Amino acid sequence: MMKLKKDSQKGTLLNFVGIAVLFAALLVFQQSSFASPYMRGILIQCCYVIIMVTSLNIPNGFMGQFSLGHVGFMAVGAYTSALVTKALVQVGVPYTGLPGYAMFLVAVLVGALMAGLFGLMVSVPALRLRGDYLAIITLGFGEIIRVIIQNIPIAGGKGLAEGQAGQPLIGIKNFSNMYVIVGLTIACVALMYAFVRSKYGRAIKAIRDDEIASEAAGINTTYYKVLAFTVSAFFAGVAGAIFAHRGLGTLQTSDFTFVKSTEYVLMVVLGGMGSLTGSIISAVVLSILPEVLRAFAQYRMLIYAFLLVLMMLFRPIGLCGTWEFSLLDTLRGIRGHKPKKPQAPAGVKREEVSEDV
Amino acid sequence: MNPFLLFIQQLVNGLRVGSIYALVALGYTMVYGIIRLINFAHGDFIMVGGYTLAFTVPLMVAAGMPAWLAVVAAIITCAITGILVEKLAYSPVRRRGNRMSSLITAIAMSLLLENGAQVLFGANPRGVGTLFTLPNIGVFSGTTLLTIVLGALVMIALQLFVNKTKMGRGMRAVSEDKEAATLMGVHVNRTIAITFAVGSALAAVASLMYCAQYNQVTTTMGSMLGLKAFVAAVLGGIGVVPGAMLGGILIGVVESLSKAYIGTLTGGVITSAFSDAIVFAILIVVLLVKPAGILGSNAGEKV
Repeated sequence: MMKLKKDSQKGTLLNFVGIAVLFAALLVFQQSSFASPYMRGILIQCCYVIIMVTSLNIPNGFMGQFSLGHVGFMAVGAYTSALVTKALVQVGVPYTGLPGYAMFLVAVLVGALMAGLFGLMVSVPALRLRGDYLAIITLGFGEIIRVIIQNIPIAGGKGLAEGQAGQPLIGIKNFSNMYVIVGLTIACVALMYAFVRSKYGRAIKAIRDDEIASEAAGINTTYYKVLAFTVSAFFAGVAGAIFAHRGLGTLQTSDFTFVKSTEYVLMVVLGGMGSLTGSIISAVVLSILPEVLRAFAQYRMLIYAFLLVLMMLFRPIGLCGTWEFSLLDTLRGIRGHKPKKPQAPAGVKREEVSEDV
Repeated sequence: MNPFLLFIQQLVNGLRVGSIYALVALGYTMVYGIIRLINFAHGDFIMVGGYTLAFTVPLMVAAGMPAWLAVVAAIITCAITGILVEKLAYSPVRRRGNRMSSLITAIAMSLLLENGAQVLFGANPRGVGTLFTLPNIGVFSGTTLLTIVLGALVMIALQLFVNKTKMGRGMRAVSEDKEAATLMGVHVNRTIAITFAVGSALAAVASLMYCAQYNQVTTTMGSMLGLKAFVAAVLGGIGVVPGAMLGGILIGVVESLSKAYIGTLTGGVITSAFSDAIVFAILIVVLLVKPAGILGSNAGEKV
């Protein structure tokens, strides 16, 4: 027990060192000649895609309840935060000397809370269903959210009182900066990691492995399902808020279609359903790769789809399965220690109870 | 025009769209009934049919035959596509993985078909040419009436096929209980393949109706149409053949009437731009109130 505690302390310390190194790298990047607006754009894209994909992994991967409408929550977060920023500008907060990132964080928080609220409202009815029906109902909710946003006047054109329904939202001031966005991303990932490792996370994984058995074991499945969905929607809202403030100053509902949802689902599945590490890897790789392979842009989705089919055929658990990266274990591995891994009892495999198929 | 006639016209338009939805919904429901899979790629089979039409109609015209005969080519292409998708992707994944990986494979196949078509044919819409030259009857266009009649005929034929033929009985047997069907001498894999072929052929007929109305095809024409048809299948009771027909017609009529009247009914709060949202709202209400659909029966969960 003592050893375990010491390990976790060591791990925490190491992780903070890791984060510090990351920030140092960011500092170097910002000073270097690489830091063109184009490169910054890609970095910001990596950030919101990471948050989006990891948040989607909570219901889809850790809980096994497939959501196909998560861009709906992203849209709620994006539009809410954009309108908050607009409102702040309108009442003149930027001229009070308040630092820009504070306004950005307020906008993000309000957007995320709103998305979480929508997640709660959607999940209470939706999670009465499961499997493919849940996938379809979330898809339906996502589309409804998008159509509604498209048709409310305050969320189009110049926004707020001067808004026009059906127009892209324009003129969103960007008060964020690179450090805040990267820091926010790290914070979100850390929070989600803590969430899936907590007792809530364990309950959620139990639901994935066998819902009826976990209900029988005393887990309030409805509560945990709604909780996980809401948390996930909250972080999708954060992703949306960063997306809204990515520097272009515009938002349109066509950024939040069903096709976008499937793209994020695809990243979750390729990375590994139930591995935040996998989600981060696939988010970063699939955000950067299209930029590198500009010449093959028209084949991008074709290749993704092909990869996905191959993955389902040969490795249905995704790239990382449920494996998580750990700085402590990696360092130990380098120094020659074998990481301690709990061995799964032989013959026990996670398999769905074959129903009336 | 007098309001009553206008209403009838909207109703007939609804029936036309509804017939298209119904044919597509039949494909969803047959596949779901037999392997419990939402075939997300089914909407894209319509697109495959549409492009086949776009390429074969000029050939037909050049050969001096009626343009609509191109539908035979579309039916064959769609049926082959359906069987290929089942044999190359769904069947191997089904044998190895669980239902979630099957669902993901279906989404992937949809992306594959859509983007494959985009690479092959480009993103611009392609004209199909005139399929039918029919006189208008009163205020109704000939194409609309033909679509409704054709839809009804195909549905009757399908109903006869499922209920009266040996193959149809095999399908019903497999969807009821795969193992028992095998023991009774039903060739399960062949039955599933034929189900895909028939479902895809229906999508081809739907693409003929679509093209007759809109005269052009795009690579994404199947996605929204497919989703709405799926809603129709769920509304009627997924896995139930008459349910898909009923659901399709209902969704079509509701969509058409809501587009025409919702603005005035709600005093302009909800406009016709919401019609997609209304369709999905219907889906959500149905799923929550009666998840098995109008004609479906509720099956309890087996532990």
